[in-house]
Amino acid sequence: MEQEPKVKPKGKKKGITVGKAEAREMLLQMYEIRAFEEQAEKSYMAGKIHGTMHLSIGQEASAVGSISTIEPTDYILGHHRGHGLCIAKDADLNLMMAEFYGKENGYCRGRGGSMHIADVEGGNLGANGVVGGGLPMAVGVGVGLKMRAKGQVILSFFGDGAASTGAFHESMILAVLFKVPVVFICENNQYAMSFRTSDWTTSENLAGLAEHYGMPAVATDGNDLLAVREAVEEAVEYARSGQGPYLVVNDTYRWRGHSKSDRNRYRTQEEIDEWKSVDPIERFRKVASKKKWLTAKEADEIKDEGYARIEAARIFAEDSPEPTVESIEEGVYAP
Amino acid sequence: MREITYLEAIREAMTQEMERDESVFLIGEDIGTYGGAFQVTHGMYEQFGPERILDTPITELGLTGAATGAALIGMRPIAEIMFMDFTTLASEQLVNQAAKLRFMFGGKASVPMVLRTPAGSGTGAAEHHSQSLENWFVHVPGLKVVMPTTPYDAKGLLLASIRDNNPVVFVEHKLLYKTKGEVPEEDYTIPLGQADVKRSGTDLTIVATSIMVSRSLEAAEELAKEGINVEVVDPRSLRPLDTGTIVESVKKTGKVLIVHEAVKTGGFGGELAGVIAESEAFGYLEAPIVRLAGREIPIPYNRTLEQNAVPQVANIVEKARDIVQLKV
Repeated sequence: MEQEPKVKPKGKKKGITVGKAEAREMLLQMYEIRAFEEQAEKSYMAGKIHGTMHLSIGQEASAVGSISTIEPTDYILGHHRGHGLCIAKDADLNLMMAEFYGKENGYCRGRGGSMHIADVEGGNLGANGVVGGGLPMAVGVGVGLKMRAKGQVILSFFGDGAASTGAFHESMILAVLFKVPVVFICENNQYAMSFRTSDWTTSENLAGLAEHYGMPAVATDGNDLLAVREAVEEAVEYARSGQGPYLVVNDTYRWRGHSKSDRNRYRTQEEIDEWKSVDPIERFRKVASKKKWLTAKEADEIKDEGYARIEAARIFAEDSPEPTVESIEEGVYAP
Repeated sequence: MREITYLEAIREAMTQEMERDESVFLIGEDIGTYGGAFQVTHGMYEQFGPERILDTPITELGLTGAATGAALIGMRPIAEIMFMDFTTLASEQLVNQAAKLRFMFGGKASVPMVLRTPAGSGTGAAEHHSQSLENWFVHVPGLKVVMPTTPYDAKGLLLASIRDNNPVVFVEHKLLYKTKGEVPEEDYTIPLGQADVKRSGTDLTIVATSIMVSRSLEAAEELAKEGINVEVVDPRSLRPLDTGTIVESVKKTGKVLIVHEAVKTGGFGGELAGVIAESEAFGYLEAPIVRLAGREIPIPYNRTLEQNAVPQVANIVEKARDIVQLKV
């Protein structure tokens, strides 16, 4: 199933914003995400992980394409399937993996785990365990950024599941009302747990919904890194220039189940295989080769580098200390 | 000293803090030109403009989340929820997000926000506009819960709440808005977690919250005529709670009556009773710990029924007398 972009990004083309260096960096991040997720699964199967996890294999282009458009001083706020978003926001892989393992030197001292990895200083305001929970907060971040007037933006990621919540409705309204520098990015991976999103909407309709609220919106082929990047680039420019919020819907697919309890009863293997045939990583490799950004050999080396970094992070995490019980009550209140 | 109302004290605290600190802003429903449903923010829109007085459509969840997000990057928002009943709609952001972000992120974030909301019955507003839900939030680690009774406390506690680096639920009482008291013009703070002995006495300790402090003080006046000398302790902040002042008072009097408007079952009185029972004051008790609280019903509309749904001065007098005379 080769997907064509369903909606072409509007406005002028900004020409080539990707060169060899950017292509390398983006491919590396996609491989790091893929490798992180695969390692997460392996560690879980090996009984080394206490909790559950939500893997984003198959959605790498959405995370990397979107976040590659912003500055280090900008913010992101994620959702429960957020490993890829952290990596795309330049998370320290060791600290991330240590958090996944629940270790003291993880990003959140082992208190948050897979679903809550955050790096506030690094502009990552955290993954969120409540579907739709990040949307109202992103509006508030936008309010603060607008008041400070330093030209910063926030990318607010949510899934198709969050789009059916009341939080989405209220957040769209407030974002438009306050004209905040927020780019909402809906990662439509087709299922809210087991609920088929196409039973109530589509990526194009979600974009249309935002337009009804009064913000520009576009649906992209979310497995096409460059299409995502181009759409989000335009959205970021719009938000940064003070024109207000923007919604980009990345149409994509999660290869793995919702979480570890998922037995895939609600979809067919054929459907999963079809989406695997439009693997965002393979597609970007083809483009990068065609545009002479990366040779096949270079791409393979990048892949090896990504997997090696994750392996190093695994070792770091496994060698890291557990939190002490004596410290259990720390961090509830700020001084 | 000049006297102003409880409502004016709250407005003055917000105004002075907004003049002092650019990161403070207000967000809520009808807080702009309307001046807030109870007129608490009257005139503030004219002074600070739409950039800092964010008037919203009906979006309790959205505006509470917006306050949370803004606080997460270092702003100091004050959100107004028009009636405490509607905090149920805001609870996801308050309970799951604002309260937990710091701990969840390993102590590396803070959420310095205030959520102001009027609680309580007595206005004939019936079931959906009269609840006292403070203990729902007391139950959540990460939140602070403050309930001022006097204009002086309202101003000092609100200034402390805005400067606090944690989410604070600031519970006002509708019937207190027009009460007057002495309030200094300059800014001052009252530390959260510091109870206040509103009246000294030796025969009985009444620990009361919000409007029940006023009613208990009235009751104490009547009891004084009978020679019963009542001490009234106002915790002022429920979380954190100043247990020391309460325990010392009970040790002195040996008898305690707890009074609040919220429904008794699961109410803050249970917590107070537990704190006293677990403390060294237990050995000083000469009578059972008694709670006087709201009946186990929603707040009804009819005036007589409404008045009978929550403790009134006469109920407090009667219950206090029974305890002192060991009739409980």
